[in-house]
This record gives sequence, C-alpha cells and structure tokens, in this order.
Amino acid sequence: MSEEVKEKSDKARAAAAKSAPFGNDINLAQYETCPPEIPVQIAPSEIRHQDRRKMLATGIMLDDPSQRSGTFVQFDNRPLHTSVAQEGIEVMATSQALAKYGWLGDYFWKAVAVDADKYTAHVELNNADGYFIRALPGAKTLFPLQACIYLSRARLIQDVHNIIIAEEGSELHIITGCATAGNEPGLHLGISEFYIKKGAKVTFSMIHSWSPEIEVRPRTGAIIEQDGLFLSNYVLMRPVQSIQLNPSAHCVGENATVRFNSVMVATPGSKIDAGSKAFLNAEGTRTEMIARAISTGGEIVSRGYIEGNVANCKGHLECRGLILGEAGFIHAIPELKGAKAGVDLSHEAAVGKIAEEEVEYLMARGLTRDEATATIIRGFLKVDIEGLPPMLNEELKKAVQASEQDIF
Amino acid sequence: MNSENLLEIEDLHVSVDGRGILHGLNLTLKPGETHVIFGPNGSGKTTLLMSIMGFPRYKVTQGRILFKGQDVTALPVDGRARLGIGISFQRPPVVRGVKTHDMVAACFRDKRPYEQKGAEVTQLAERANLLGFLERDINHGFSGGEIKRSEMLQLLAQNPDLALLDEPESGVDLENIALIGQLINELLDETHPACQQAHSGLIITHTGHILDYVNARTGYVLCAGMIMCEGDPRDILNSIKEKGYQECVACLKK
Ligand SMILES: Nc1ncnc2c1ncn2[C@@H]1O[C@H](COP(=O)(O)OP(=O)(O)OP(=O)(O)O)[C@@H](O)[C@H]1O
Ligand SMILES: [Mg+2]
Repeated sequence: MSEEVKEKSDKARAAAAKSAPFGNDINLAQYETCPPEIPVQIAPSEIRHQDRRKMLATGIMLDDPSQRSGTFVQFDNRPLHTSVAQEGIEVMATSQALAKYGWLGDYFWKAVAVDADKYTAHVELNNADGYFIRALPGAKTLFPLQACIYLSRARLIQDVHNIIIAEEGSELHIITGCATAGNEPGLHLGISEFYIKKGAKVTFSMIHSWSPEIEVRPRTGAIIEQDGLFLSNYVLMRPVQSIQLNPSAHCVGENATVRFNSVMVATPGSKIDAGSKAFLNAEGTRTEMIARAISTGGEIVSRGYIEGNVANCKGHLECRGLILGEAGFIHAIPELKGAKAGVDLSHEAAVGKIAEEEVEYLMARGLTRDEATATIIRGFLKVDIEGLPPMLNEELKKAVQASEQDIF
Repeated sequence: MNSENLLEIEDLHVSVDGRGILHGLNLTLKPGETHVIFGPNGSGKTTLLMSIMGFPRYKVTQGRILFKGQDVTALPVDGRARLGIGISFQRPPVVRGVKTHDMVAACFRDKRPYEQKGAEVTQLAERANLLGFLERDINHGFSGGEIKRSEMLQLLAQNPDLALLDEPESGVDLENIALIGQLINELLDETHPACQQAHSGLIITHTGHILDYVNARTGYVLCAGMIMCEGDPRDILNSIKEKGYQECVACLKK
C-alpha cells in the first residue's frame, strides 16, 4: 500500500464516527455493510422489467439507448453494465479504471474530503465501486451519457464512488438516475468527484426516485479550472425518509462558472436538507444557484453558500419555496461571504403559499381553482436551465412532469 | 327580470375590505350592446367590473347581479368565466413559470388537448403583435401597453359573451391604440350588423378614444359609487371635456 493510500484510509478510520453538520445522524450499524462485488457485464435486457421501468422514471433509457452515448448501471454494490458508443469518451467501473490507469489514484478524494464525515469514511473504508466517466481532450458527447445507481437489497448500505473527468476543451453531458426497487429500508452513500479542466463543460442532471424508507447521503465536489463550466441539476420529487446533500464547487481557474439548479418536493414524512456551495477563487468566476422547493407536508432545509475570495467574481443565489400542506416547513438559509472588496454577491429568497391574486387571475379565464393552482405549481417547478442542450432540457421537464402527476 | 337582457344589475352595494364603495347601482345591458363608463379616479369603476366578474374581495352587501337571466351574485369567478364573462385587468399579476402561450391556450373554453391549440395561439398572438412574447412568463416585465395587448389577446381566446374592459387604451401609444381598437372590434364583432352581434362590452374609459372603434350605445358617469348620468356616450364625453366632472358633483348635491 502506498503512503498516500494509507494516509487516506487512516483519515477515513479517524472519521468513521464523525457526524455530518447537517441532516439527521444515521446509525450505520442499523444497516448492513457489504464489500463491493466484482463488476460483471450483462445486457440491459437481462435487468428485470419492473426495475427498468423504475429507472426510466429517472431518465435512464435501457430499452432504446440510441439517444445515449454511453451507459453505466450499478445494482447495490456491483456494477452490472457499461457501454460506450463514442470515440474519446470513457465509461467504466471505478475499480476497472483504477486498474487501467495508475494515475487515477491522484483524483481520489481531492474534490471531496475523505474525512468529511462518517459517510465519506464508510465509502473509503468499504472500497466502494462506482462509475468512472472521462472525456478525452476536445471530445464532446453527442448524446448524454446515462448512469444508474440502483438500490435493490433491503437494509443495505450502498457505497458508490464516482470520478468524472472532463479533459481540456471537452464536453460531457451526464444524466444520472438513482432509484430503488421496493419499499424496504436502505442507505445510499454516493461520492461524486468532478474534475473539469481548462475550457471543458460538464452538465450533470441527477434525478432521484427513492421510497419512504430510504436514507440518502450523497457527497459531491467539483474542481473547475479556467473557462470551465459545471452545470448541476437536481430533481427530487418522490418520497424519501431523509436526504442530506450539499455539493460544493471550487472555481479555481479564471472565468470558471458553476450553476446549481434544484427542484425538490417534500411529501409528508420526507426530510430534505439540500444545498450547494460555491467557492469563487479566481478572477471572473461566476455562480448561480436556483432552488425551487415545495412542501406538501414534508420538511425542507434549502441552503446556499457562496464565497467570493477575489475582487472580480459574481454570484447569485435564489431560493423560492411553496408550502402546500398543513404540516411541514421550508427553511431557506442563503449565505454569502465576500472576502474582498469588489465581489458581487446577491441572493433572494421567498417562502410562502401560492398568491391568491394569481389563482384568481387564472380563474377569471375559466380555470377551476384546482386547475389554476396546478398550473401555477407546474410553472413554479419549471426551471428553464440555461446552458443545457434543448433535448436534455426537454427530458428533464418530462421527468418533472411525470412525477408531478403522481404527487398533485 | 327581463330575460332579453344579458346583464342586469339591481341596487348593487359593494364594499372592499369593509369599506363601502358602490352604493346602489342599477344597470342593464342587452346582448350585442356595448356601454362605456366614465367617472373620476376612485369613483368605483374598477370595483364595478371586479364585482361583476366576482372576485371575492369585492363583497356584495346588497342587491344582485343577473347574467343571462341567472342570478350569479354568489357564483365564484371561474363559474362566471365559464358562463361567458371575461375581463381585462388594469393591473394583472405576474405569474412566474406560466408562459403567455400557456395562458392563452388555457383561455380557450373548449377542452381540446393543449397541442391542438398551438396554431391558434400563434395566429392570435400575431394579430395582437405579441408573437415574441409567447415564451415569456405572463406579464413579467411587460410594458403598460404590452399588458393591454396581452389582456386583449387572452380575451380573444376566451371569446366571452360579455367583455369587461378596464381602461383598455390608457397608457397606449397612438399607433397601438389603433391596434387595441381593432382587437376590441374583433372581440365584440363590431363588423357584423348590430342585430347579429352576440358579443357585448362594458368598457371603462377616461379618454373616450375607444369610441372611435366601438359602436357604444350607452354611456354612464360613475361618481362616488353611484351612476349619475346615463346617455349618449359622445354627449357625455363632450360634456366632461367641457366642464369636467363638476356637473356630476352638482348632480350629487341635488
Ligand atoms: N382594498 C381597498 N381598501 C380600501 N379601499 C379600496 C380598496 N380597493 C379600492 N379601494 C377604494 O375604492 C375606491 C374605488 O376604487 P376603484 O379602483 O373602483 O376606482 P376607479 O373608479 O376604477 O378609479 P381609477 O379611475 O383611478 O381607476 C377608491 O377610493 C379606492 O381607493
Ligand atoms: Mg380603475
């Protein structure tokens, strides 16, 4: 074992009991820890029909992959399928990539701290597998890549470690869907580390579809170099027991840009603590965070943190919350930190119910109260994501619409 | 009750947030007729239209409103809209995320699937010179004149039997007044001979410009929540131009 690897596992061991600052604390012993299984390669058609249907609801199209440049599927702790249909794009299990590329170790735990909390520590100590996606310099995905992380075994801790590298001038569009098979309890831990090199662009659209017994602790970090762009979209509309995530992006190169968009619905019983953080550390860096939160009875803490460490940087944070249920709450916590004169940081937050004036406006056109309310909610959740290819934008809208129908 | 009337308002008293605004108002309107309402600021004109449309803030404390022979005094806004009443707002709200296109499509009274309305929406928008606005959130950042046109666009899609227009031409430049006039014309199908006109209008105006475009039969002056004068709209307009609303105040004192 090399010094560096040993150091990481030492750190992980030291953090094995460390609680996260946000979200309810999870007793890991309550779940089963299982080591990763050796990746296999099966045809997507071998995956059970009902599982494929669940995946489809998160944007994962296994039956007709013609609109995808590559696919990765992991069940529990085992990668089941990888395929790629484009020159210059690599998709494989993280374990396979590690065996292939000696240098990959350098990318481990650089964008996310291994000792951030007990969840990152668990992923490290359990040697998690996951996906490795890389675009070679100048390569651009024609269609999005899709990655599905599926939790099927009851009581399992699913450990996932993903590494995404966009080399100089490349472009990656990734849809990632996380879903679960049944109504059994389970814990999903997912590390995603993004390395976006000079002039590269990554769009990452993550759609979650869990169930009321599942707890979820994703840990995401991105390092964005000069002129790089990271566009992260998050959709959570289905019930979940608890989810806490707070991805962070470090804009380290000049003019690096990061945008976070999220749309979340907390149904009764769901506890969501979701935010995003951006560190603007170079001239001309930019960020924009837009969160739309709806509580139909569940709890949402919507966080945002922008830190401007250089004079010429710009960030804006927007959080809007709609409370539609009797129980539950939405707690918006926007934070800005400027460490230099000349930073341009701003935020707006609004939490409330649907404006009666707007409902009546639509009713005056003949819509019933329910129709008017539904139209306004649909509009509220419709985030047009700037910079997303039109096709992907459409798909995201469809995914949101599909989940809407079940909820409202 | 006379069933030949499209709209009958009997002794209408309305209060807003506990304050009496309209004090015993009577008005009848036959199918195909267009009437205009004049009156100083704050006299209750908007309140009258909002009450006819049925917005809950405008509380009818006495009297009743009949539409097509039916007592609609207790009917909610959407019920009245579906019966055939439509309104253009003086200050409509912005509804984020709801595109002008969606709004216009929703105005069509039939239940055709959304996709089939697209061509019609585009066609109407072209006529209202709002093609470039269909993808924008409704009323978001619209100028005063654009709001007026957008309100007319929605009403054209809704095609109500009775259109309540609240100052459709105020704040609109001369060129666009002609356009608005033309749209109102279409809405009230003024091009048809009077006997065939099924669409009626009740229009609030300060300037009277709209009289150049519609064939208004009756005019009223509303003062302090009551109808003071009723007569030929042009005569009334001329008198207001000459003597202001002094006459009304004098009427009040009588
Ligand atoms: N919410 C409210 N609370 C108290 N008074 C109100 C409220 N809304 C309207 N009013 C009052 O009712 C009166 C009539 O208002 P209305 O808007 O009907 O006038 P209007 O004739 O349309 O005037 P304008 O020509 O300025 O549009 C005004 O004095 C107004 O201030
Ligand atoms: Mg008014």
